[in-house]
Amino acid sequence: MPNAPSQSPDAAPTAAPHRTVHLTVNGIAHEIEVETRRTLLDALRADLHLTGAKPGCGMGDCGACTVLIEGEAVYSCLTLAVACEGRAITTIEGLSSSDGELDPVQSAFIAHDALQCGFCTPGQVLAMKALLARNPHPSDDEIARAMSGNLCRCGAYPKILAAGRALAGHPS
Amino acid sequence: MQPFDHVSATSAAAAVELLQQGGPSGARVIAGGTDLISLMRDRIQSPRLLVNILPAAAALRYLRFEADGALRVGALATLADIERDPHIAARLPILTQAVRDAATPQLRAMATAAGNLMQRPRCWYYRGEFPCWLKGGDECFARDGENKYHAIFGASPCVAVHPSDLAPVLVALDAELTIAGPGGSARTLPVERFFAPPTDDERIEYRLQPGEVVSEIRVPAQPAGARGAYVKVMDRQAWAFALVSVAAQLSERDGVVERARLALGGVANVPWRVAAVEDLLTGQRLTPALAAQAAERALENAHPLTHNGYKVPMARAAIRRALLAAAGQEE
Repeated sequence: MPNAPSQSPDAAPTAAPHRTVHLTVNGIAHEIEVETRRTLLDALRADLHLTGAKPGCGMGDCGACTVLIEGEAVYSCLTLAVACEGRAITTIEGLSSSDGELDPVQSAFIAHDALQCGFCTPGQVLAMKALLARNPHPSDDEIARAMSGNLCRCGAYPKILAAGRALAGHPS
Repeated sequence: MQPFDHVSATSAAAAVELLQQGGPSGARVIAGGTDLISLMRDRIQSPRLLVNILPAAAALRYLRFEADGALRVGALATLADIERDPHIAARLPILTQAVRDAATPQLRAMATAAGNLMQRPRCWYYRGEFPCWLKGGDECFARDGENKYHAIFGASPCVAVHPSDLAPVLVALDAELTIAGPGGSARTLPVERFFAPPTDDERIEYRLQPGEVVSEIRVPAQPAGARGAYVKVMDRQAWAFALVSVAAQLSERDGVVERARLALGGVANVPWRVAAVEDLLTGQRLTPALAAQAAERALENAHPLTHNGYKVPMARAAIRRALLAAAGQEE
């Protein structure tokens, strides 16, 4: 009975409930057993050893944990792994091709020196990726808005916007 | 986070049924989870059963204009769905304005319309490790404490403000909720009445009966020529809750206001409708002088706390701006 509560009503859980979850991450199907309270971020990092998505604030303020679910940028720290049953997830590890060729967004970040420490960069790149998939030629305002959910404590914002402008086809 | 059980619902009716299995107090519906997961992580809420309603998206995630002009918003439509909908942008731009500056792109992609109405206050005493009144304690620490973001209206023991951008706009549009309940029942309720200031008995900002699930938000057809504006004042240009926000919706005929709605955000426990100003505007020609008079009237009964007096002139300015924008005039 996968869809019935495993406890009798109002009984305190005796052990943390687990579930089996099926995820397709970067094109590869996975079946993992997780505690219901495991976040997608922790499942990616601890169960699948994909450490590109970063734990930052843990409360949806910083964007370091950004991944794509069905192409949409979301915060994996506020997403339960069990709620991702059957979903297709893209992390930073899935952007480059199998022969190591970088995604154009990654190349633009390098070309425009759009990072310092790099901690926020996987999330920044994926937020930009989601924007461009929806809107290949965003305006400056649209770029700034799309990137407003990702903080960078190094303050690389002007160069991140420059990378975005180049990707959008604006003259530098 | 405390351990919890997790089940999936593929319809509102299934969610109602599963909620009942979870017992009277221990079960919660989760959709986008952007607020609930934070509350659970901080152990402000620790439900024992989560009913995941996202698998009901096929039935509950939609945006549809009816033939008569009413807009039906499925409970699971995300804020991003609303933001990107070209028909809403053309026909109800006030709704687009409301979600456009809410939170961040990632949160808008996750957060649902119905969930947005049920988010809890951002008061730092409520969110922090304080046994505040809203969490069942004896005292509202914000009332005489750090209260620069708090309420200037209302008589609740709690002075937190409602954080939603969508809520005041839905109140100004006379929107209604459809709520599914036990035994296949359904009721409709004006959004305005869904909200109620927290009381000793019900320390929460909205009213749902046990086992109920919001299934739809319906925005009725607005009168021909009706226009609205949402003005949100933030302390930075992105990812901030409203210090003050104003939703104004006006219908005019021959330059005279026939019907007005004005609801404020960020000033009270709930979206704050200002009926006295609606009456003042009705039958008048909207001029800058009338907008200023309306703004004065709206703040007449404000009672700011020690650190939020700035909200009074800020709200007046935002009301003037919203009314003039709704009337197609620039301040």
